[in-house]
Amino acid sequence: MAKRRKGVRSSLIALFFVIITALGILIASNVMDHVDDISLGLDLQGGFEVLYEVQPLDGEEGTEINRELLTDTVSALNARIDVLGVSEPSINIEGDDRIRVQLAGVEDQEQARDLLSTQARLEFRDTDDELKMDGSDLVEGGARQNFREQTNEPIVTVTVDDANLFGEITEEISQRPFPDNRLVIWLDYEEGDSYEEEMQREDSKIVSAPSVDERIQSRDVMITGDFTQESAADLAGILNAGALPVELEELQLNSVGAQLGEQSMELAVYAGFIGIALIFGYMLLYYRFMGMIAVLTLSAYIYLVLVIFNWLNAVLTLPGIAALILGVGMAVDANIITFERIKDELRYGRSVMSAFKAGSRRSLSTILDANITTILAAGVLFYFGTSAVQGFAVMLIVSILTSFVTAVFGARLLLGLWVNSRALNRKQKLFGVKEREIREL
Amino acid sequence: MNFDHETSKLDFVRHRKTFFGISIAFLLTGIILLATMGLNLGIDFESGTTVDVLTEEAVTAEEIENEFQSIGFEPDDVVLAGDNNEIGRASFIGGLDQQESLQIQSHFEEEYGAVPNVSTVSPIVGQELAQNAIISVLIATVGIIIYVTIRFELLYGIAAIVALFHDALFILTVFAILQMEVNIPFIAAVLTIIGYSINDTIVTFDRIRENLEREEKVETFEKLAQVVNKSLVQTLARSINTVLTVVFAAGALLVFGGDGLRVFSLALVVGLAAGTYSSLFIAAQLWCIMKYRSIKRKLAKQADEERKLALQENGTT
Repeated sequence: MAKRRKGVRSSLIALFFVIITALGILIASNVMDHVDDISLGLDLQGGFEVLYEVQPLDGEEGTEINRELLTDTVSALNARIDVLGVSEPSINIEGDDRIRVQLAGVEDQEQARDLLSTQARLEFRDTDDELKMDGSDLVEGGARQNFREQTNEPIVTVTVDDANLFGEITEEISQRPFPDNRLVIWLDYEEGDSYEEEMQREDSKIVSAPSVDERIQSRDVMITGDFTQESAADLAGILNAGALPVELEELQLNSVGAQLGEQSMELAVYAGFIGIALIFGYMLLYYRFMGMIAVLTLSAYIYLVLVIFNWLNAVLTLPGIAALILGVGMAVDANIITFERIKDELRYGRSVMSAFKAGSRRSLSTILDANITTILAAGVLFYFGTSAVQGFAVMLIVSILTSFVTAVFGARLLLGLWVNSRALNRKQKLFGVKEREIREL
Repeated sequence: MNFDHETSKLDFVRHRKTFFGISIAFLLTGIILLATMGLNLGIDFESGTTVDVLTEEAVTAEEIENEFQSIGFEPDDVVLAGDNNEIGRASFIGGLDQQESLQIQSHFEEEYGAVPNVSTVSPIVGQELAQNAIISVLIATVGIIIYVTIRFELLYGIAAIVALFHDALFILTVFAILQMEVNIPFIAAVLTIIGYSINDTIVTFDRIRENLEREEKVETFEKLAQVVNKSLVQTLARSINTVLTVVFAAGALLVFGGDGLRVFSLALVVGLAAGTYSSLFIAAQLWCIMKYRSIKRKLAKQADEERKLALQENGTT
């Protein structure tokens, strides 16, 4: 009995066009918005800089400002900038007592300046300004942003080393007559500051001054204040980052140009387009029909990386671009590995449909192993790395995960629609396989 | 490109000693150069002096550079600052002495009517970053070895790490020879190549593992070499196509990306070449040699046990 040749299932091909049209519309409609949203790093677009003069802390006027102290200050500043979530700050020691901090992509410059120069000395005093407890009585790194249970307002919690100490302090304060039964929580108290004066000020150094009615025997201290969730998180962050060992006096505030020259970004974008065009052209030429699938999935990859990148609020720097290039390479590589496998299977004389299935299946474990090894390396770089190394690692992890989705699943789906529609049956040529290369079974 | 391993005359394993020799000679030169001349470190890693030139109106980096050249100075870097680019910041590696500073100050005072600020800079961030990158990479290699040992076998992991260090050192050697100034983006380029190198090596190893599983018995070096060769030929089209596509991206940056990206993109292109070379000519061959030794040891042990067994049997009868 003669086998009836199955017809082409044009519905699958229609679905293919629906998918890519939808994707095309989605990308075209908002890709420019995403491009505009990208914040560029100091190396690409510049930022703003503050020049500080380093002075000894109040009451320690005799301290010598030496190299070691400056280095410690730089580390403390670095930890704070991490709180701000800025990638790749540039911090330099200048001369004998100056530190220049350059930040890119910070939208709220005021907030950044406040965060940088506060000494983060948390102190608990009574209304007569007598010191009861300070940062040294707290567990290091124990500050958290939290929510108050009843009201849900953002608060900061800190942990006291010794519950008894806090118990004693609160007992003593609770016994004072109203309205002096307050525990005054200061940030950066300086000699000469007083509770009464400071409460009148608008920009007060007093975080809060809750009244205490009874002994509180607890290690956890809640600090309520006029917090937003963000400002509470910032305060917890700088408390954990540690106090500055010195006082910073702002000398100068400037905007600063890109480290790589003014035109660098335009040139890089232009070069990027040329590079991508070359890759697209090569893939089309070499892999023919499958190359077209690769072009589609690569476009989707670039778009998705852009979206995820903005969603993470990351700052694009040169190391980020490096990771992106590697990501493009790995996305293309996943396509190439799969396509080569499919071509191999076709040369062995398999039908298009079974070559597609076998090729996809066999290439998966290769791609998985190669990607997992690279992600593992990127993960270690992220965990142990600082600033630029970390920025690179984040971008690399995002790129690899995205490329896996587009180049493996995306390509399989799109190519699968065509293969399963049977439109490609016996059209090995479209895959870049010549007839004479095919061995008879 | 179609490389058929049965008809192909390509033999990657036979000339392994030549490949090893080339790499060792090149990298030894690199180590000697790095130890004696070292890399040409940029302002990111070396201390120096910065001169802030204040002007009345906006300036360009070029203007500032030309001004310095007119009095015989060559700034290593010029960055603009200020809201309207009215400050030009020139950096000099190694620093300026008192007299040079005075000369610059008087020249620019005449020119723009303001005395430039001269200050010394220490590159703490750059140095820490380089240190941090090195330590992180070392920890990452341990992670890679563990993963590869679980998924493949310890020997693959060792060979992959050797290839990784080969590629990183290769870039350093080229830059030690060229004496091009290296900066922070250079670190990013080296990290990228490390990622690429691992990826590339694992893909070829995956094919070796697959082909090895299909063989029934691999006991001679020739047989092992044949498997390795076959795997390399089978993955050759992929190796070439992949490196080509990445070189398109990195090469476009090198040619069209401007001066700011030159060091970075050159390091990428050099590293990609090294990464492909080591995957094709170093990693698999090294694995082949190590694997053969372990097979030989296993066979010797087996023979030993058989002999003992035979002796025991002889003894009982």
